[in-house]
Amino acid sequence: MSFINLKNVVKVYPDGTQAILNSSLSIEKGELVVFVGPSGCGKSTLLRMIAGLEDVTEGEIDLDGNRINEIDPSERDIAMVFQNYALYPHMSVYNNIAYGLRSRGIKKLEIEAQVTNVSELLQIGDLLSKKPGQLSGGQRQRVAMGRAIARDPKVFLFDEPLSNLDAKLRVQVRLEIKKLQRKMGTTSIFVTHDQTEAMTLGDRLVVMNKGVMEQVGTPMEIYYHPKTKFVAEFIGTPSMNFITGSIKDKTFKASSFAVPAKYEDKDDVILGVRPEDISITKATTGVKCKVELIEKLGSSTVIYCVDMKENQLCVSTQSRASVEVGDTIHISTNNKALHFFDRETSKALTK
Amino acid sequence: MINRLTQMFAHFILLLGVLLMVIPIWLAFTSSTHDNVTLITEGMQWYPGPLFIENYDEVLNEKGGFSEEITATGMLINSFIMGLGIATLKVIISMMAAYSLVYFRFRLATPIFWFIFITLLVPLEVRIFPSYKIVSDIGLTNSYTGLVLPLVASATAVFFFRQFYKSVPDELLESAKLDGANSWRFFIDFLVPLSKTMIAAMFIFMFVFGYSQYLWPLLMTTDEKYWTVVMGMKLIYVELYEGVSLPRVGQRFAYIILSIIPPVLIVVLLQRWFIKGLIQTEK
Amino acid sequence: MKKVQFKSKYTQYIFLAPTLIIISIFLYLPIVQTFRDAFTTQDAFGFGRFFAGWDNFKFVLSDPSYLVALKFTFIYIFVITVISCSLGLLLAVQANKVIHGKSAYKTLLIWPYAIAPAVVGVTAQYFFSERFGILYALFNSLWGFDWTANIFDAYIYLFIAGSWKQISANFIFFLAGLQTIQKSVIEASLIDCRSSLRRFWTITFPLLMPTTFFLVIINITYGFFDTFGIIDTTTIGAPSGETKTLVYKAYIDGFRGLDLGAAGAQSIIMMLLVLIITIIQFRYIEGRIHYN
Repeated sequence: MSFINLKNVVKVYPDGTQAILNSSLSIEKGELVVFVGPSGCGKSTLLRMIAGLEDVTEGEIDLDGNRINEIDPSERDIAMVFQNYALYPHMSVYNNIAYGLRSRGIKKLEIEAQVTNVSELLQIGDLLSKKPGQLSGGQRQRVAMGRAIARDPKVFLFDEPLSNLDAKLRVQVRLEIKKLQRKMGTTSIFVTHDQTEAMTLGDRLVVMNKGVMEQVGTPMEIYYHPKTKFVAEFIGTPSMNFITGSIKDKTFKASSFAVPAKYEDKDDVILGVRPEDISITKATTGVKCKVELIEKLGSSTVIYCVDMKENQLCVSTQSRASVEVGDTIHISTNNKALHFFDRETSKALTK
Repeated sequence: MINRLTQMFAHFILLLGVLLMVIPIWLAFTSSTHDNVTLITEGMQWYPGPLFIENYDEVLNEKGGFSEEITATGMLINSFIMGLGIATLKVIISMMAAYSLVYFRFRLATPIFWFIFITLLVPLEVRIFPSYKIVSDIGLTNSYTGLVLPLVASATAVFFFRQFYKSVPDELLESAKLDGANSWRFFIDFLVPLSKTMIAAMFIFMFVFGYSQYLWPLLMTTDEKYWTVVMGMKLIYVELYEGVSLPRVGQRFAYIILSIIPPVLIVVLLQRWFIKGLIQTEK
Repeated sequence: MKKVQFKSKYTQYIFLAPTLIIISIFLYLPIVQTFRDAFTTQDAFGFGRFFAGWDNFKFVLSDPSYLVALKFTFIYIFVITVISCSLGLLLAVQANKVIHGKSAYKTLLIWPYAIAPAVVGVTAQYFFSERFGILYALFNSLWGFDWTANIFDAYIYLFIAGSWKQISANFIFFLAGLQTIQKSVIEASLIDCRSSLRRFWTITFPLLMPTTFFLVIINITYGFFDTFGIIDTTTIGAPSGETKTLVYKAYIDGFRGLDLGAAGAQSIIMMLLVLIITIIQFRYIEGRIHYN
């Protein structure tokens, strides 16, 4: 029995909108699971159902062996960090952190010790007497974290807690959250639309789309073995290239492409290749392309080009390629890293 | 989390509240449709009676008052003119004043703000006799101007619009300036359309204020042509109260119901704007 | 203030002119007149007015009936504010909570706001009249209610008539206030605290403070000035002058006696009272309730 179990969970809003379609998931104790997906995919709804802020239409949610569908949010022993932090604006930082403890009737001395503890851990000791209005975005984020940690709950729920921070701070806080979670060993669920955040943070990812869990797995599993075209496209930057064609005699053929494919013969197949799995060849054996746009990122260069049949392709290379817009280049794919999807179902082909 | 019990409790409280608000007016309405004998012998009636058309027709068309020059229809029109006049003028001049105070840089801005603001301290009721004297000196008694103008000046609306303008982002003026808008253009093309909800909220607020005026028209109008429906409340259909005829209770209830219809309609129909406007000012 | 503003020699005054002209004529002129009245008195032959110092004020404040009116005004304002604020808040909180029928409740609770105090008074008159009054009959059977003879009963009559429509006004503003509270803050408190009552007092109510203070002032102003129409259509001061508010008394005194000096002095005392209230309000708002 896992620590958190979602069994055939369904969410339908009173107006008939289906937010979550039959989803099941098991989360182990101490794990950090990230729900990732585009906006409107249902990831936040699912998190809020676990928190008890949304009703469960159908199915069951278990926490530590108990069904929690009907249990009040405050009795579930969970803590949540909100996107806009949701600090109590009229309370000092100290009271913000202490509020949840007080409501549970914990003794004053114990609360004091706990708040001191948390504020040291998060280095917010000198902010305790301030009001949220006087804090910077980063400081507010820490207080929100402190409020969650102070209660030492069974589960942390993070609802896009980094999206209101600037890019640099976001990376820094991301690291801190990861470290903190390791240290405390508290089971956590983190919701984000940012796939980099998801990849770096999660022990496991749940990629969601339109209310469906498309794939659940470790970041590497998801990156290297995407089960659907959506997952393949959503995870990884720049996005994966897709070319439609068909497989015949263990070879995938498209307008200008021909690569080996060890699958049954099939029409309507989509080939997926990540930009970093395409390289520029010196020889003229590869596919001929014309360069349309170049993005130099320093550590790598992203080249957007188009082949003779007007297929858009994106190539990412580590080498400092001396390529200019308008040049003609020849490219070849790393044939060990190809992905094939059924065009109808969008699912990865199986051998 | 939907909790059945708290939902039921909420509905229960709200229903009680609705009853508290509706019952008095319902009783007034039902009683307005009965004949006076029934009302006097049996008291107020819970169910509608047969005289709806008769009573209302009588009230709307019969000339009342001491010199019998005005009908309730005429008084309703006067009230409407008063409410509309006060609301419209107040909104317009307050918007202009607030605009000047927020969007112009000049040294007198702060003193002028206080000059306007301090008038919050002296509602009409406090300065009623001197006000009456001035209005009558100017010769405005028994006129719509006299009913409306003295009530148009108020700090409340200036204050609300000022708060609202302050919350408008600076970028709006910056970009308007880049587009070459002068102060008049900016006011008319940008700020007025942007203040729509605020204007609606203030308008409702001020219409109700103007329509509800009681003391001022009572003092101002000796000519029955200018009577308003609210001030007439105490005067009309009571002339026979102590005489030999029956008190005309049914007619008075009909008069009460008629008098509350215009402002209630405005508030109910425009309530969405009203609440929106209030939320804007809160921010 | 705005970072970017217009600069002009005279345009700002064009925008201000209508307000300033009307305020000067219809507000400042009467105020000046009020002060002149308050510090002068009519000479014996009616030829003119001469300076009288604080005489008018002394006269007003030494009048026992003035102190009665002062006391009643404060009691009346206090009771109306407490009743209508608390019921308005209770209804607003419930209306904000219900999932079904929200807008129907809103409409049904908002409309009495639009009814003029004088109309409320005339209606209340019927409910409390000996001949027709449902409430008169009810209270009379309970404890021999008779507002024409008993001060306490007259108070009850006016408390009910005065608070009724104000519940609706308070409801509207509280509802608007509740809608400005961030949803996620309420959700955070749902996770932090089990008891809904405790949540209300520790989170929702403090966050409503700006609205509450605004409403307290609105209710005080209402109780002070707008209740004129109610009193004039209900008790008219019955049993014997105990239910006159300051505004009502000033009007009646001025109208009957035409003692302009005393009326002026009464007006100035009222201005002072409103001034004090306003200052307290500003102090409080500036000091306590600015969150962002």
